[in-house]
Parts: sequence; structure tokens; C-alpha cells
Amino acid sequence: MTSLYAVLAVILFTIGLIGFLIRRNALVVFMCVELMLNACNLLFVAFSSHHGVLDGQMAAFFVMVVAAAEVVIGLSIIVMITRTRRSTSVDAENVLKG
Amino acid sequence: MMVSSLMVTDFSLVWMLIAIPAVMAGLLLSLGKVTNSFGHFLATLAPLASFTLAVMYFLDLWGKPVGERTVDIPLYTWISSGSWQIEAGLLIDPLSILFVLLITGVGSLIHIYSLGYMAHDPHRRRFFAYLNLFIAAMLLLVLANNYLVLFVGWEGVGLASYLLISFWQEKPSAAAAGKKAFIVNRVGDMGLLIAAFTMLAMFSSTSFVDVSAGADMLSPGWATFIGIMLLVGACGKSAQVPLQSWLLDAMEGPTPVSALIHAATMVTAGVYLVVRSGAIFEQSPIAQLAVAIVGTVTLLVGAWIGCSKDDIKKVLAGSTMSQIGYMMLAAGIGPAGYAFAIFHLLTHGFFKANMFLGAGSVMHATNDDVDMRHYGALRQVLPITFVTFAMGYLAIIGFPMFAGFYSKDHIIEAAFHGQPILGVLALIGAGVTAFYMTRLMMMTFFGQSRWRQGVHPHESPAVMWIPLVFLAIGSLIGGMALNSWIGSWLAPIGAEVGEHTSWLPAITPIGLITMAVVGCGVALGWLLFKKDIPDTAPQKVSIFTTIGRNDLFGDVVNDYAVVKPAELLSRAVATTDEKGITPGIEGFGRFVETLGTKLRVIQNGYVRTYGLTMVIGIVFLGLFLLLSRLV
Amino acid sequence: MSILVITGTEVVFWICAVLAILGAIGLISFSKPVYSALCLALVMISLAVIYASLGAPFLMAVQIIVYTGAILMLFLFVIMLVGVDSTDSITETLKGHRVAVGLAGVGVLALLVLGVLQGVVGQGLGVDVTNTAAGGNVQGLAELIFSRYVIAFEATAALLITAAVAAMVLAHPEQIKKKIGQKERAEERLQAFTSSGKHPGPKPNSGVFARHNSIATPALLPDGSVAENSVSEILASRVTIATGEQLWEAHDEVLLALETADGELDEDEDEDLDEADDKEGSDD
Repeated sequence: MTSLYAVLAVILFTIGLIGFLIRRNALVVFMCVELMLNACNLLFVAFSSHHGVLDGQMAAFFVMVVAAAEVVIGLSIIVMITRTRRSTSVDAENVLKG
Repeated sequence: MMVSSLMVTDFSLVWMLIAIPAVMAGLLLSLGKVTNSFGHFLATLAPLASFTLAVMYFLDLWGKPVGERTVDIPLYTWISSGSWQIEAGLLIDPLSILFVLLITGVGSLIHIYSLGYMAHDPHRRRFFAYLNLFIAAMLLLVLANNYLVLFVGWEGVGLASYLLISFWQEKPSAAAAGKKAFIVNRVGDMGLLIAAFTMLAMFSSTSFVDVSAGADMLSPGWATFIGIMLLVGACGKSAQVPLQSWLLDAMEGPTPVSALIHAATMVTAGVYLVVRSGAIFEQSPIAQLAVAIVGTVTLLVGAWIGCSKDDIKKVLAGSTMSQIGYMMLAAGIGPAGYAFAIFHLLTHGFFKANMFLGAGSVMHATNDDVDMRHYGALRQVLPITFVTFAMGYLAIIGFPMFAGFYSKDHIIEAAFHGQPILGVLALIGAGVTAFYMTRLMMMTFFGQSRWRQGVHPHESPAVMWIPLVFLAIGSLIGGMALNSWIGSWLAPIGAEVGEHTSWLPAITPIGLITMAVVGCGVALGWLLFKKDIPDTAPQKVSIFTTIGRNDLFGDVVNDYAVVKPAELLSRAVATTDEKGITPGIEGFGRFVETLGTKLRVIQNGYVRTYGLTMVIGIVFLGLFLLLSRLV
Repeated sequence: MSILVITGTEVVFWICAVLAILGAIGLISFSKPVYSALCLALVMISLAVIYASLGAPFLMAVQIIVYTGAILMLFLFVIMLVGVDSTDSITETLKGHRVAVGLAGVGVLALLVLGVLQGVVGQGLGVDVTNTAAGGNVQGLAELIFSRYVIAFEATAALLITAAVAAMVLAHPEQIKKKIGQKERAEERLQAFTSSGKHPGPKPNSGVFARHNSIATPALLPDGSVAENSVSEILASRVTIATGEQLWEAHDEVLLALETADGELDEDEDEDLDEADDKEGSDD
């Protein structure tokens, strides 16, 4: 049974990863990151249940807290970039171009 | 004895002698415009304070028994490296205290004189700061107890000399003269440094005491080597042939500088060095002879130049070279001549400073004209200058009872005893000296006035003529006062006490011949220059005059011997750089640039591509880990 | 003998797994960010239900409250700020990117499945025993949080405070230019008037007529033509603005209707009107 949860988590994670690499809208990219975090949480909870200890749930809880902090900062950066560049596309920021 | 017992002199405070002017120079230079209005007075107080201290120390030394007149004052360990330990320390002995008195005494007078002479110069504060710097460096030079500390002072006076020669830096000629002096002096410094390093290798110490003690063990070859290297150093600083060319150009500096640095004190450092290193020279007759020959050649070259110049300061500069040549000759004779070398050095310090300052006074009166052909008949309008200058004149030609009479005659006599040929040449030099000094007197103070239009000569202010009077008194009585005393005073440093040590002039055959030769020179000068002197320098002159006017082609020789080869070498180096190294480096740069341009494409600026690259990397890493576990 | 026993947990798993994967695929395929956000909500709620079935009721609550409730709402707020209508172009601009991403995704998937499954050893125990021993899931977590993980917990406090302050600092708009006041505006207007002849005063009002008093009705200039700038540009782009002739047509119609409506109109009044007309005519 735990294997099924693990496979589900991995599938969700991979979908998130693909979305992260394909989508250009910074918000959607960010959501994909959240999806990957959720996949990890699922794995944590599944293994917590598998081993019969609560530490995995604890870890998932901390991931949520960190994710909350991360979302707050990330979104404010996106808002700022949108305000100055009038675009949410991650390709538009190719000022990194060498 | 009473004096010394009353005075509480603490020799550990000798460093104050140096520190006072050094600190004053630092203050004037760092405080800047704030001290513009009063800085020169402060600066004048510094050498006076040092002089007062020096007199106290002198009296104290005088009061001590002969054996205890050498006081070594260690300051701190300067360099400590392996078995070598170089202590920075000061040494007060009969020789150095005489120098200290000369430097601070004449230095003070020249500071006072400069108060008047530089009164209207916009950079007066800087001038006085440099003068103080010079005094400090010169005192360090003569008070050092080893060759390396001496070298610090040696370089210090070189720096001060450079700064003061090119003091009017807006004049290209002054700037060039300063650089010339500095560069020519480097050659001499190299000699001194090599000598010091050799001593360090030989004796593991450079202190005068150790060197004197160890000199006996030195092989003649090494002794000659060290001696010649010291001579090279002395030649550079004292403008002796072949490193004489800078001194005439150094007259571009203000006249008080010429008087203090390029007549009375710094240029005599070479003589000091040779006398100080007497122990080395005694081991090597060849080096001694070299010193004597250099002295004699310079003595004649200087006199020759003095005869042919029309610029009053350059005549005096030539004369300075010539007189230092006498001192070197005396130093080269050996212990018998040391006392006479120092004796002549002291008297020369008085009468040459006197004449330089007199020349400055004349220039002050004639709107800074230095051409003697534009003078004439100045004795009526400049009576004080004339009288004091005349004292210097009588002293330098060796008129009986005047300072030079004692000191110079001793040297000529000693030379006759040592190397008769050199003695004859020195005698001729005395005659030529009399001739060109008479020429100078005639052209400047006698005859018809040939003043330029708008020149109204007037006597200098008191602040300028009072130092002249002091120096004139020194020129008058310096010889008589020191004659009976200096030989025994300098005995502790290795000088042999000569004969005729009373204050009365001794009548010897050589003395009489000398007087006769001098008389001939004076008469010749008077006969040739009592008539009208052309306003402009005549062009149809003998080959000797042409050579003399061109400083015996010293610059040309330097040009072909040093400057041209150096230029050639630098051009070759530049060509190598341009044709060989630059293309190589540039080629490498181009290669890197091309590579960068090619690699730049990878950095397309898309975050997503970077992300993808990262994920691919992770996949490969995971594969690697997996496969490594399988294997 | 194999009896297919289907437990409640399995039912929940299969339903929620399908929903979560569908949501995830929707998240990365919708071109509108709003739809993506809603798909993410679907994924999160599915996961919350799975958490509940795995004996983690506390995490279920937190998942719904914090993730779905707070974080996702934040997303929606930002989407609103950026523009709800904004649609992403789904076409790929980077050559070969999709193919490479697909390959990389397959690689990651394979590796992760391989790797994670290696961690599944033995029979699942379930957390029910642990939960019961602690007197409940929340109590069990509370014991852990304030004993073994207390330092990490305190650190998260600092992290959240920092994040809150940072968000405030980042989102606070900076006054880059000097604030423009009334005086400056007036000067600017006059400057524009002198340089380009732009009218410094307010724009004309929209027209007000008996039958047309909406702000889409243009004002008429004395020569009968329409004052273009009396209607807002935005309105002008949405509705067709009546021309002067159209407005006059209506006027004429009304006049005609008034004139033909007999009986009710008094003769006197008619005369008065005529007189007035005459007066005007004589003035001309």
C-alpha cells in the first residue's frame, strides 16, 4: 500500500517538475513548486504511517510552515517584478543572457 | 672642567639634535598653510636649538679626558636577522661633534639669512621645511654609529638636496638640475651600499667601532675593494671627478641652499666618509692613492672651471669642487692628512658659505642677475657685502693669518711630504685659485659699473648681512683659532698630530713658495681684469676657456658613456616587448575572447533552460549513484 | 484463496489519487493562471483527504486551512493584482525544450520510483497505535513539537516573522519620482498649452439632450459638429458615438411631431413663437 502512495507522490512531483520547466508564467511556475512540495509532504505522511511514528507528519508540518514563508516572499517578489516590468513571464527576465 | 661639571649633559638625549629639526620639518609640511605666516621663524629656531644642544655636548666632551671622548648611544635594534644584528645608534666623538657644530652653526646663520633672502617667495614655508629636513638628515649622517644608519642620513641629504635644487620647480632647468643631482648621486650611493654590504659580510657588522677593530684582519684585496667603493660613494656626494657634473647645475637652487648644502655641509660628506673609514684606507695604499689622485684631479678641474665661468655662482661652485679636492687629497695622504682635511673642511665651511651668501646678497641687489659681466664697481653700493666677501676671498686664496692660509698650506705641505707630484699640482691649484678668485673680485666689485638698465644696487637688510658678518669673522679667525688645537682634538679618531700647531703662521720653504705662487695668481688676475671687461662673453677664446665653459665636457662624456647606451638598451627592450611579447599576449587574449564568444551561446538567459540543465544533471547524478550501487 | 477485500482507505486512495493527478495535469496545462490555481486547490484537497485516511487529521486540517485556505488565496490575490484576464501563450518558444523536458521528466520519474520504492521495506504499521498511545494525533504531534523539535519550531517563528517583514518591505511601493502637486500640474498644463496648444482647461461635458443624457452622448459644438473629446476614450472604443446629424435628426423629428400635433397648441403661443422667430430673423 505504501508503494502506491509513494508512486502517487513521485508522479505528482514529476508533473510539478515538468510544469516548472515548461510554463513561463511566474505564478504558475510557483504553483508547480508548491505541487512538488505537496508531493513530498504526501511521501512524508505515507512513510510516517508505514513506520508507525509521527516524525514524518512533523516534517510535513515544517515543510508547510516553510512553504508559507516562501510563498509570501516569492509572491511579493513577483508583484514587484510585475510592477516594474509589466510582465509575469520568466522568459522576459532574460537579462541573465550572456 | 668647571663648565662640564656644572652642566648636566645626558648623552642619551643626543637624538634630540636630529629630532628637533625633523619634527619641525614634519610640522611645517603637514600643517600646510596654517604655518605660512610664522613657520619660517619656527624653522629658524630648530637649528638654533640644535646648535645650543651641540655646544653643550661639545663643552662636555672637551671636559672629559681624551680617552673618554667617544660616546656611543644605542637607540634600538633596527634589523635582526640570523647572526646579523644591526643596532641603530648614534656616536658622538671629536669628529662628529665638530661636524654637528658646523652644520647647526652655519645652518642657523643660513636660516637667518634666508629669512631675508626668501622673504617674498610664495613657497617660503616649504623652503624652510626642506632646510630643516636637510639639517636633520645631515645630523643623522654625521651622528650615525654605523654605515647603514649613515646611509639613511646620506639618502636623506640627497633627498633634501634634490628638493631644494629643484625648489623653483616651475623652471625646467631647475627641475632637470634636481633630477641630475639625484641620479648622479645614485651612482655614488651604489658604491657606498656595496661597501657597507661587503663590510657586513666581512665583519658581520657595519658599526664604525667593529670595522675599525676588524680592519687589521682584512686582506689587501678586500680592503682595496671596500676603499674604492667608499671612494665612489664619496665622489658622488662630494662632486669629485668623475661624478662632478651635477654640482654646477645644482646652482639652480636658491643661493642659501648653494651655501649650506652645496658648499658648507653636504658636499663635504664624502670627506667625512673617507676620514671616518680611515682604518680601511690604512690597509690599502692603492685606495689611499686613488683618493689622493681623485682629489688632485678634481682640485685642478674645479679651478679650471672656476677660471672660465661668468656666472658668479658657478665660479663659486667650481671653487667648491676644487677646495673639496684639497680635502680629499689630504684625506688620501693618510692619518697625517686627516686633521688637515677636517681643518680645511671647517674653514671652507665658513669662507665658502660666506662667499655664497655674499653672492646671494649681490644677486639680491641686482635683481637676481648672476652674470659677473653685468656687475662691476659694486664695492661702493654694497659696502658690507664687499668687506665680508673680501674676508672670504682672502681666506680662500690663503692670505696670511686668514683661515685658508693655515688649512690649505698644511695640505700642500703634507702632500709634498707624501706624494711630491701631487704636492706640485696642489701648489699650482693654489695659484689658479688665487687667479680666478681675484678675477671674481675684480669683475664684481671693482672696475666700471656695467649694470643692466633698471638695476639699482642697494645693501641687503640686516637679517641678511648679520650672518655675513659672523661668517666673515669665522673666515678671519677660524684658522688661527683652530690651528693649534684641531690636531690634538682629532687624535682619538686616528689623526696624527702634525707639526706647527701654534696659532702663529709657521715659516717653511713650501709655505713661502705657496705664498709666492698665490701672489703670482693674484697679480695675474689683477692685471688681466683691471681693464674694461666686455659686456658679453667674447666668443674668440682659447681652447682652454671653451673646455672650461663646457665643464670639461663632463656632460658630453656622461651622455656618451651612460645616457646613449641606456637609451639604446631601453629601445631594444621596447622593441622586444612590442614585437615579441605583445603579439603573444594579445594572441592569447584573442583566443580567450573567441572561446568566450563561442561559450556565451550556452548562456541564453532563459531561466527555464538553466532549470532543465539542472534537472538533467540531477538525472545523470542519480544514474551514476544507481549504477555505482549496482556495480 | 483470494478474496478481494477493499478497505475504505483504498477507496479513498484511488478516488483521490485520480483526482490529484488530474488536478496536477490541469495545473500545468491550463493557459489561464486562475484555472491553474483552482486545479492546485483540487490537488491539495485530495491530498488532505488522503492525509485523513493515513491517520493524520491534524495535517489534513492544516493542509486545508494553511495551504488551500491561506497560501492558495494569496495566489489568487496576486493573480488578481497581475490581471485575471492574462492568458499565457502555451506555444513553446525554445527550440527542442519540450522534448528535452519530457525526456528529463521520464528520467526523473524512473529514478524516483526506483529510489523511493527501495525505501519501502516490510509491512505498513499504521499510526493508529501511536496516535492512541499519545491520546490522539494532535496530542502526539504536540509532544514531539515541544520536545524533540522545539528548536526547529522556534526557528520557524523567526522565519515567519522575517518573511512577514520582508513581504512588507518588498511590496511597499517606493516613491521614485517627486510627488506632483496642484501647482506643478497647473504649470505643466500651461507649459503644454504654450508648446503644443493643448487646451489647459477641463474637457467639455458630454451632451445633454431631451432624449440623450447618457455620458456616451457627445456635446455639440456651435457649428453643429460633435465635440470628440467630450466622450471618454474608453466609451468611444466600446459604443458608436452618435454624429451631429443623428442628433439633429432626432431633434427635427421632435419639432415635426410638435408642429403636426394640432389642437393642443394655442394660437397665441404659436404667434409668440412666430414673433420670436421674426425677432431673430430681424437681428440677422
